Amino acid sequence: MTSFDVPARVTTNAYDAIVIGAGHNGLAAAAKLGKSGRKILVLEAASAPGGAARGREFAPGFRSAGLAHLVNRLDPEVARDLGLTLAPKSGAAMPTVVLDGANEPAVLRGAYGETIDGVSVSEAEAFGKLREKLVYQAGILKRFLRRPPPQLGAIGIGDISTLAAAGFGLIRKGRAEGRDFLRMLLMNVADVADEYLEDDRLKGLLAFDATLGIHLGPRSPTSLLGLYYRLTGEVYGKAGGQFIPEGGMAAVAPAFLKAAEKTGVTIRCGARVGRILADRGRASGVVLADGAEFAAPVIVSAVHPRTTFLHLLDPAESDTGFLRSISHIRTAGNVAKLDLALERMPNISGLTGRDHNGRIVIARSMEHVETAFNPAKYGEFSPDPVMEIVLPSLADRTLAPDGACTLSALIQYAPYKLKMGWAAGKPAFLRIVLDILERHAPGIGKTIIAADLSAPTDIETEYDLPGGHWHHGELQADQLLINRPTRAASGYATPIDGLYLASAGAHPGGGISGLAGWNAARHILSGAKR
Amino acid sequence: MNALTQPQNTTESRRAARNHILMPRLETPFHPRLTALDEVNDWYNWAGYKAPHSLFDEELEYFAIRSTAALFDISPMVKYRIAGPDAERYVNRLTLRDVRKLGINRVHYTAWCDDHGHVLDDGTLFRLGEQDFRLCCQERHLPWLLDSAIGFSVEIREETEEIAGVALQGPTSHAVLKEAGFAGAELLRPFEIGTFAHDGGTVTISRTGFSGDLGYELFVPRAAALSLWDRLWRAGAEHGIRAIGYSALNRTRIEAGFIVANADFVTAEGALRSDRVRLPDEIGLDWLVDPDKPHFNGRKAILEARQNQTLKHILVGLEIEGNIPAEHAIVYHRRKHEAGLITAAIWSPTAKRNIAIASLDRPYGTKFVSDLWVEIYAMRELRYQKMMKRATIVPRPFVKLARRTATPPGLR
Repeated sequence: MTSFDVPARVTTNAYDAIVIGAGHNGLAAAAKLGKSGRKILVLEAASAPGGAARGREFAPGFRSAGLAHLVNRLDPEVARDLGLTLAPKSGAAMPTVVLDGANEPAVLRGAYGETIDGVSVSEAEAFGKLREKLVYQAGILKRFLRRPPPQLGAIGIGDISTLAAAGFGLIRKGRAEGRDFLRMLLMNVADVADEYLEDDRLKGLLAFDATLGIHLGPRSPTSLLGLYYRLTGEVYGKAGGQFIPEGGMAAVAPAFLKAAEKTGVTIRCGARVGRILADRGRASGVVLADGAEFAAPVIVSAVHPRTTFLHLLDPAESDTGFLRSISHIRTAGNVAKLDLALERMPNISGLTGRDHNGRIVIARSMEHVETAFNPAKYGEFSPDPVMEIVLPSLADRTLAPDGACTLSALIQYAPYKLKMGWAAGKPAFLRIVLDILERHAPGIGKTIIAADLSAPTDIETEYDLPGGHWHHGELQADQLLINRPTRAASGYATPIDGLYLASAGAHPGGGISGLAGWNAARHILSGAKR
Repeated sequence: MNALTQPQNTTESRRAARNHILMPRLETPFHPRLTALDEVNDWYNWAGYKAPHSLFDEELEYFAIRSTAALFDISPMVKYRIAGPDAERYVNRLTLRDVRKLGINRVHYTAWCDDHGHVLDDGTLFRLGEQDFRLCCQERHLPWLLDSAIGFSVEIREETEEIAGVALQGPTSHAVLKEAGFAGAELLRPFEIGTFAHDGGTVTISRTGFSGDLGYELFVPRAAALSLWDRLWRAGAEHGIRAIGYSALNRTRIEAGFIVANADFVTAEGALRSDRVRLPDEIGLDWLVDPDKPHFNGRKAILEARQNQTLKHILVGLEIEGNIPAEHAIVYHRRKHEAGLITAAIWSPTAKRNIAIASLDRPYGTKFVSDLWVEIYAMRELRYQKMMKRATIVPRPFVKLARRTATPPGLR
């Protein structure tokens, strides 16, 4: 029996499936389901689709494209299958620049530093070795991303072939490499970087990339997993690449939207779902906050799992142990997002004009990242945070008036549960961040027209994202694979028949990959019972 | 609050916090009366309380239940009060039976399960008001009950300490109540609750019990416990009232076919071994499961186990030849294939039969129901006398008494 065999209860409209949330994962799920000829309705609470990739005007004439400011893990298979037209702007890959405020910048070119400027030849070579090893190891993990995690007790042929392929990947380069993978898998990124590198800037970059968006410092156990996750992303077949698409990040949401609309999916914005209807373990539809009711045998929730089970579904429909684990999902965000409206393009010290197009990371060293993390453990923001900066208007001129410029920064650590509260904390944190920017781009302060800092609490409100966590839950060992978001709902199917998860809170996690939504749709289409 | 948060009286509060070690076993509100009547000094630990196995003579105590009236202190029974706007919905999701069908001032026997459908405990649910319940059970469950309240507007409180309970069981129990002046108690139907004046407050009397006999359970605030005991004791003088311990009650509950958590089955949170947990259908509680009511904990797992026929055990009543109780004996099929274990067994003085409750491993008890044997090891002066006795599956209860359900009850 497939999930579609059950007849829908006839009410105002009959759809084969309803997708809750028109974020990129919701749209990917809708597009994939729509492609099979089924009637799909997408319900979005906000007035426009896109989710966290939804653009907004943060100052008169200045727009931000949303939470993400570059693409580094859009899955090529998803893009091909859904016909996403998100291509990098022609030219060389987007570089990553590491600033320490003292030395010349280290500039990583190609996909994650195929070549590096600003470091010694021997250091570049050492980075190359480490990069090759990490990319190889990430490649072993990568094969798990495109399918539901294996369900213990119900391992299928597909799972066995994935596990076998992973096992083969493990020994492909010889036993020594296989052993090294098993040694490193749960290590912290600091120790791994120390084994290979001397240069503080490169170590700082690895530390930053491994921990961005995760409540871990580089010396926290398992912090290397974050870097693996980053390196499972690829651009044009190259692991660790990154780009801003033609038309800027503002093109991301429309691309997914187009893919969904192309397959005949109906998308309704301003339609906040109030409740998921379910009775005795089977979902049957949704009721909007305004009372309108839609019936469908399949409900795909592309919103946070906690919202799904604690707020949309009647708690009485779930078992106690399940709700207990859902309420234990760790989903407190750690990153603040800064949008600056500038009179003109800033001039970052030591950087060529061209490299201003890159991703600019401010991290002096591993210790810098670790020290920035320390206060976050105790509910305080970093007095000396690390950050990643992009100048979005360079790729998309429509974001700012002529001659003006926008700057977007992801800053950590900025814990969701700030002891002093973000109302009081935000002005202080903003001042700290602007001081840092001033040090690296002298004069930038005088050109600021508007500064819009989103603390995790603002991100939570703006995007309906519990904890303001863009992964919809910490991306750590205990919340991955068969435990994402929690065991009983880890395979897109949930304990409620007909209700599926498709957000970043499901496997494999966050970032603009489209995988969670696409995987969920494929799982539904497969007709698998669990 | 711990000692460290009160620096001004550090020593004092630390002393206060450790005073519990002076009383390693709690005494129930009725303890002064029990200890005054006690002749054999045979106590055991019931959920942290001192409780009597027997007070004077197990045999005579048994016959007090079956022939006259017996008082049994049930204060150690764990009691939770569940109240609030979502109380009914909450309890309905928590437990197996449909609470919507439980009327106000009614009691029903029920059980509750974890997500895997494994039984956490069984107990009685008292509906004291539209949204006011008391749940009585063997084991403690506060963390589970509180976690079950995620998303519900409901207040849950353990009231084991503050509420005293006493069971009055036996054919003259109603006469005792009448003599004690509880007018109207004769109208109580089985599983019905009444509220009566007592000692400036009220006593809750329900026609419930664990003996399979005519009987009542009375609940009062702790402070009114002794006056209630004395009132019943005085009224019972002419009706053969006796205070009894658990051994006698245990015999009657076996005759009635009732099961006891962590005696006849291992509760899901108490089990150390993964194969010891039990679905309701595996311990004879399938009749509690209501697939038609709204969702409840374990529903999916229980119904899947039924559909996939993955139930592994079954609880049965056995009648065994001879008169030697077969407690904890191994059950065999065709005298050689191990089929299960006897969890409770007695020679029943009322049924005049050798009876037992057993847990069998399916298909024994379902497909193979005859040619069952039990191996009894009777210790006779430092030598086991080994007996292979024929056992027959028989329906429970082993003893069924018309007076248990007759309303109004006969006065003798």
